[in-house]
Amino acid sequence: MAYSEKVIEHYENPRNVGSFDKDDPSVGTGLVGAPACGDVMKLQLKISEAGIIEDAKFKTFGCGSAIASSSLATEWVKGMTIDQAMDIKNTQIVEELNLPPVKIHCSVLAEDAIKGAIADYKAKRAAKAATGPAATTTAATPATAKAV
Amino acid sequence: MTLKLPIYMDNHATTPVDPRVVEAMLPYFTEIFGNAASRSHSFGWTAEKAVELARDQVGALIGASGKEIVWTSGATESDNLAIKGAAEFNRDRGNHIITAQTEHKAVLDTCKRLEKDGFEVTYLPVEQDGRVNPATLRAAMTDKTILVSIMLANNEIGCVNPIEELGAIVKERGALFHVDAVQGVGKIPFDVNAARVDLASLSAHKMYGPKGIGALYVRRKPRVRITAQIDGGGHERGMRSGTLNVPSIVGFGKAAELCSAEMVSEGKRLLALRERLREGIQSQVTDTFVNGSMEHRLPGNLNISFAYVEGEAMLMGLKDVAVSSGSACTSASLEPSYVLRAVGVEEEMAHTSIRFGLGRFNTEEEVDYVTKLVVGKVNKLRELSPLYEMAQQGIDLKSIQWAAH
Repeated sequence: MAYSEKVIEHYENPRNVGSFDKDDPSVGTGLVGAPACGDVMKLQLKISEAGIIEDAKFKTFGCGSAIASSSLATEWVKGMTIDQAMDIKNTQIVEELNLPPVKIHCSVLAEDAIKGAIADYKAKRAAKAATGPAATTTAATPATAKAV
Repeated sequence: MTLKLPIYMDNHATTPVDPRVVEAMLPYFTEIFGNAASRSHSFGWTAEKAVELARDQVGALIGASGKEIVWTSGATESDNLAIKGAAEFNRDRGNHIITAQTEHKAVLDTCKRLEKDGFEVTYLPVEQDGRVNPATLRAAMTDKTILVSIMLANNEIGCVNPIEELGAIVKERGALFHVDAVQGVGKIPFDVNAARVDLASLSAHKMYGPKGIGALYVRRKPRVRITAQIDGGGHERGMRSGTLNVPSIVGFGKAAELCSAEMVSEGKRLLALRERLREGIQSQVTDTFVNGSMEHRLPGNLNISFAYVEGEAMLMGLKDVAVSSGSACTSASLEPSYVLRAVGVEEEMAHTSIRFGLGRFNTEEEVDYVTKLVVGKVNKLRELSPLYEMAQQGIDLKSIQWAAH
């Protein structure tokens, strides 16, 4: 299986590996995939009050293409607004990394992870608003994966 | 000795041809090049003589007479010939065939085709150690069973089946016993008489011989008859027509001779190397699991799962080492290894497995280099792994509702 140079580069030097505190109210966590499928991505976004993605971190259980797709996703979203990040399409990832057909699902998972993180962030903010601005969010998202 | 990269540790997929085998083959391309079936001149006679010697060499490796060896293009063809040939010839006696879930695709796919032709096939489950339990076989046999096909040793997890016990059961009920002996022959003792084997598939390129040549052992006493699958000039006593691949046959014979001579000492050396690799890895990495029986196992095989790290990502990291993985990502179908599933390895662990196949040309130096590389890569990938992170936090991964896509 020949990998594109970009996939190899992301694999050797992944960007933004790590974790934020998922209870932090400015953090949205997307957890997608399943160990049984051989692909699990956790993507976290730190979002400012103004709705700009300030920072991103990821961790991935999966092949080189999955690691590269999620690493690339964290690179791209930094500096984007939430809406811009929602617009990222898996096909863009496929093109950038030259993913072969059999690896396209890795890019789909990365797109899902971004959307999952944003959905989680929005849900947390909605919960916080519902319980009143003074209350800290108690709806710290449990570790459930979101299918988007 | 300087280490030569890349390192080859995938000897279950294929083996390099032993230089002594290449040397034995060379005269048969340009000097002794006759068609072994040409009866009327010395070009044919000299070729035939070499073929007959090779028959004896291959036969000797499995406790058979050279007269019981039928040359084929490889073990896939041998499996096809044995199973289809035996089924078709014995169709009047019964229509039930038994095999195991962990067999090679050449056996499984052949059985699937026979099912379409009206045969009934039972695919036996295996124990957690990968072996077929004789009691399971006994329970599956019926009056209509004409053929049982069980492999000597598994190509993925290296476990060795209790062939002698299985053969005794097959013979109790008067069925034919076919053994796909590809991975075991030349590495562990295999005697067609001790195990009551009627048909056995062999492959040269798994034992330091050339690719494209194999054999089917067909018992003569008592005589086993099979329907030929390739018709033509009636070669190989009518069982397999086609001009013989003399140079490859000579190579196969030489490879067999070398195995006969070196099997015991090589087995000891490979076992020590394999254990060095295993202990090196398991003493430095947590949460690893060896798949398949440790006790009844090919000496050079190590199939090991690294929890929380996906197999293909590991392979990418072991870039100067040739090994393989049971992960879905490495298969064209995106399904994880069916062998690992059959022994009860859960899907997520199947995705984390790596198969090392040590062989004649691997050294201690290579094992030490690979051990260090593997340990480093596993740790690096665990840093990237959300599953490892969760496990470290004490989260039970089984309690999570994953969204499979």
